[in-house]
Amino acid sequence: MTTTTPLEPNPTPPNGEPEHNERHWKDFFGFSTDHKVIAIQYFVTSFVFYLIAGAMATSIRIELATPNPDFLGYENYNGVLTLHGTMMIFLWIVPAGAAFANYLIPLQIGAKDMAFPVLNGIAFWLVPPGGLLLLTSLLIDNPPVAGWTSYPPLSLISGQVGEMMWILSVLLLGTSSILGGINFVTTIFKMRIEEMSIYDMPLFCWAMLATSLLILVSTPVLAGALILLSFDLIAGTAFFNPTGGGDPIVYQHMFWFYSHPAVYIMILPVFGLISEVIPVHARKPIFGYKAIAYSSIAIAFLGNIVWAHHMFTSGTPGWLRVFFMAATMVIAVPTGIKVFSWVATMWGGKLRLNSAMLFAVGFVSMFLVGGLSGVMVASVPFDIHVHDTYFIVAHFHYVLFGGSVFGIYAGIYHWFPKMVGRMLNEFWGKVHFVLTFVGFNLAFFPMHILGLQGMPRRVVQYDPELTSLNQLCTVGSIILAISTVPFLINAVWAWFWGPEASANPWNALTLEWQTSSPPIIENFEEEPVLWSGPYDYGIDREPKDEQSVSELLAEVKAEL
Amino acid sequence: MQGSTVDTSQTAMAVSQHAEASGHGDHPDHRIFGVYVFLLAESMIFLGLFAAYLTFRAVADVWPPQGTPELELLLPTANTIILVSSSFVMNRGNQAIRQNDVAGMRKWFAITALMGAVFLLGQGYEYFTNEFSLTDNLFTSTFYVLTGFHGLHVTFGLGLIAVVLLRSLKSGRYTNESHFGPEAAELYWHFVDIVWIVLFTILYLF
Repeated sequence: MTTTTPLEPNPTPPNGEPEHNERHWKDFFGFSTDHKVIAIQYFVTSFVFYLIAGAMATSIRIELATPNPDFLGYENYNGVLTLHGTMMIFLWIVPAGAAFANYLIPLQIGAKDMAFPVLNGIAFWLVPPGGLLLLTSLLIDNPPVAGWTSYPPLSLISGQVGEMMWILSVLLLGTSSILGGINFVTTIFKMRIEEMSIYDMPLFCWAMLATSLLILVSTPVLAGALILLSFDLIAGTAFFNPTGGGDPIVYQHMFWFYSHPAVYIMILPVFGLISEVIPVHARKPIFGYKAIAYSSIAIAFLGNIVWAHHMFTSGTPGWLRVFFMAATMVIAVPTGIKVFSWVATMWGGKLRLNSAMLFAVGFVSMFLVGGLSGVMVASVPFDIHVHDTYFIVAHFHYVLFGGSVFGIYAGIYHWFPKMVGRMLNEFWGKVHFVLTFVGFNLAFFPMHILGLQGMPRRVVQYDPELTSLNQLCTVGSIILAISTVPFLINAVWAWFWGPEASANPWNALTLEWQTSSPPIIENFEEEPVLWSGPYDYGIDREPKDEQSVSELLAEVKAEL
Repeated sequence: MQGSTVDTSQTAMAVSQHAEASGHGDHPDHRIFGVYVFLLAESMIFLGLFAAYLTFRAVADVWPPQGTPELELLLPTANTIILVSSSFVMNRGNQAIRQNDVAGMRKWFAITALMGAVFLLGQGYEYFTNEFSLTDNLFTSTFYVLTGFHGLHVTFGLGLIAVVLLRSLKSGRYTNESHFGPEAAELYWHFVDIVWIVLFTILYLF
């Protein structure tokens, strides 16, 4: 058999060591298409905005240490409050979720990069301009003061220039989020290595699939609302302005059609992170893989049909209230499934109580408190009582700080060795956890009581009888502010001088731990092999020596 | 000896085929899937705006608000027919490129662009001759914002067609194997078309 082949002999030997370039530090400061570089860019950017918005939170608490306006004053309070909320949501938690998604999805499914790397870079580079626009809006003469909800008619009559900057900024950040969502969905569906079925996928990818679907379905509606709002602001139409025949309630519906799902956009990625961290450090298979995976999808679906529970006091008719109350309470079921599964995973495991695990356990307990107060405010009569009080402030801080931020920290402690190639200091990690946990509960738990006693949210001046509880909150918030210091020092120090991390310091099974730390450009030397399920901890694959029945019985009897 | 030659050539074939199948880097092309996902997000903006319009309408006592002039129907109906049939014309263009007929694709795409431009001109004429303006009342505001937002999308679609036509001048840019550009432009055009049908129904007819 003679084959004459016109083809050149294979120029690159398929089994040879592929050459890869080193990352240069300058890559992190420019337009990059590498998902790992983009992820780090997201992390650092969102953390900087977190520190700024956190400083705003602390100044709000310092203002509220006394019942009278004496620190920020009437003029600045509303602007700072508006920016604190907007930045924490759109510039910290949402992009931090995108950061983890960018870093982990391609690695966990064995891909070299995202499906659309250039689009990915563009999505990131919409964030800094959006953030800077938002920050400058606070410095001009009339900053946005209508809160992060920007309800008309208030947003139409106060601080119009600032309001317009606020709208533009949110549109930019929303676009970034949508472009990211397109990338995540395509990558998860299309880029998995061949032997990985959708049920072999790590739970973080399931969570990001649900998150991305939510982003794609809900964010555009917010864009629609903001387009109409800007026509009201600039062109003098009256979509939401009752003096011109418009209907402000329509804005509320459109706003919450995004902003309620936004809660899940902020918490679902963290659910995913926790589902990764807990089994690794409990050394046990995850309890109920499919239940956790499907409950993410269920939450995404239900999250889209409950928005009007934010509007029980907006003249919503009774029959509609009942529907939204029932639908909201139903969400407690898939969420409860997750919480039970995490607890069952830890039950009887060999827990490694390191910083990552401590934050994960802290997440489960704090999120539980936020979830329980969530069921309380879902019920119409109770909600009418506490609507727009500090009870609501306490509730959503337990969800977004006790939930999302604790989970993000757990994720950072867990994946820092992978991302940077160096280990964080455990002692200072634990100090960070204790300070965060104590400060957080001190700052936000008393707010439940304040709310029940009738303290309205978004006020600079309050009843002097409530001073002592408010001061407790202020002390807590200062502890929280201090708690970031050990973390920052630890992270920066470890980044340059920390002990080097091995490829798999936690003995984890998902694919990102099968490559070096930090992973090489394009992630894997050769296509990774799926040699076990993502959470098969403590399962012995080698068949044990056969034990005779009598030996087995003897063993059981001995235990009795 | 012979065996190893066969091996090498087969591997080389496999490698070159693998490289051909890729859009960039070395994975298969997922861009059309991405376009579908993008259109899902796009349709939600329109859905939100339509829902707002329908709510305004449902809540109002009198609709359209008193003093709103009747809408002229003849021109928009003609416009609708032009836009809807342009979708079929464009589809002919994509059939042509699937048979590697670049000239045919160019012809049909150019006709589509012409029909789109006629639609936009008709819309502009309607704006110009309408007896109401943006800020008159809730109906006129929604009318202009909805049709205007759709018109922007038509304009963007025309831009996509223009890009495809320009790129097709380079021979070999689009073949029966590789024609993401024309396919994506066509999908987008169909989307804009469907949006118009809904918009026309709720704004003009119903």
